[in-house]
Amino acid sequence: MKAPDLVPVSLEVNGVRFEGDVEPRKTLADFLREELGFTGVNLGCEHGVCGACSVLLDGAVVRSCILLAVQADGCKITTIEGLAREEKLHPIQQAFLDHHALQCGFCTPGMVLAAVDLLKRSPHPTEIQIREALSGNLCMCTGYVNIVRAVSAAAERIQTAEKP
Amino acid sequence: MKPASFHYYRARSLQEALDLLSGAAANGKLLAGGQSLIPLMNLRLARPEALIDLNSIPGLSYIRSEGNKIAIGALTRHREMEFSELLAKELPLLAEAIPQIGHPAIRNRGTLGGSLAHADPAAELPCVLTALDARMVAAGPDGERVIRAEDFFTGFYATALADHEILKEVRIPLDRHPAGWSFVEFARRHGDFALAEASVLLFADGAGDRCTSARVVIGGSVEKPVRVQDVEKLIQDEISIRTQASSLAHVLRRVEQLTETEIRSSIAGRENPDYLCHLTGVLARRALESAMERWRKA
Repeated sequence: MKAPDLVPVSLEVNGVRFEGDVEPRKTLADFLREELGFTGVNLGCEHGVCGACSVLLDGAVVRSCILLAVQADGCKITTIEGLAREEKLHPIQQAFLDHHALQCGFCTPGMVLAAVDLLKRSPHPTEIQIREALSGNLCMCTGYVNIVRAVSAAAERIQTAEKP
Repeated sequence: MKPASFHYYRARSLQEALDLLSGAAANGKLLAGGQSLIPLMNLRLARPEALIDLNSIPGLSYIRSEGNKIAIGALTRHREMEFSELLAKELPLLAEAIPQIGHPAIRNRGTLGGSLAHADPAAELPCVLTALDARMVAAGPDGERVIRAEDFFTGFYATALADHEILKEVRIPLDRHPAGWSFVEFARRHGDFALAEASVLLFADGAGDRCTSARVVIGGSVEKPVRVQDVEKLIQDEISIRTQASSLAHVLRRVEQLTETEIRSSIAGRENPDYLCHLTGVLARRALESAMERWRKA
């Protein structure tokens, strides 16, 4: 078949607006990596199983490998590159560092962003809630114990920091 | 790029989507949450010529109480249903099943209408909505029609929707609040597709101590949701809130055996049919046990 027309998209990634024309079949993950250079969006399975490509879409964690770039038109995206403030890591990133919650680091961006979504909805999660929230993110180094500890510690740190 | 090329249409109204489906994009697929369709396209198991994106259509995402029913728009995402106080209060069976759909990232995108129209036998919503006797509202070129859940799912990934129809709304009757309810499933990994699942609803008489009717629906191991009416009748004949532990244990064993017998023919042709049959029977028993426990606590 004849190549379909390009579709214009306009979206905000980590606070910066991007506009461009994309082929409809381009996934959001490929668009973020190849067109915009956000290579912290890791591609593992590319069919919505491993969670490595997770990003926040208007604040909610989604898998960018099973979302088309054209569907993100008008949306605000946060990738792992958008969490730190200048030299200061996001409390969840800092907690991952402190608790040795990463080995190879491939699953880490997805884990951290899934944790951001969790802590926004449940500021005091139980261990079960943390495990449930991260159940769609696979870590092949089997570092889950430290990942759960890190998320729990980050929740406490955020609470303490927010107290007047 | 993973998917094969396709033409993309962004519908701005239901009418525009219907027109596209009958015209320019007649061989196309509808794109709702895309949590099943896009993986299939990435794997090139699906190669639609066109996609009609429904996500920009306003007014298709809502959860409303309408007298003696709840109406849910087809584009309502699982996550909105998961955190709905109205559903938690009025439809506890549905509220119990939704957190068991995939993972949070899937529930943030996946939609009610998409899941039902896709009709994956291992999905939770077809089983639960059949138990709840839901009505599907389909919009077509000639207007709307209402299809009962029992008639909507016609087989493996198949529904009664015609090629040019779009699922618009789901209506769930509220005329009877269940005295007990339970949805249980078994999957090999958390959040994975269920190998088998069971929904149980128990209704009691005015005094609240006798079970006047039950709905028992099996999913996952069968190609579409199956009501096991012999089991429903058994529960109705044998169960009251005062049923003693020893006779309840006897009924539970019979429920397990009867479920196995009832669904054996539907499971034929699957791999490991004996295991699936056994598993389904066990889940039906567990669902009834848990529904009874809730009834007693109420």
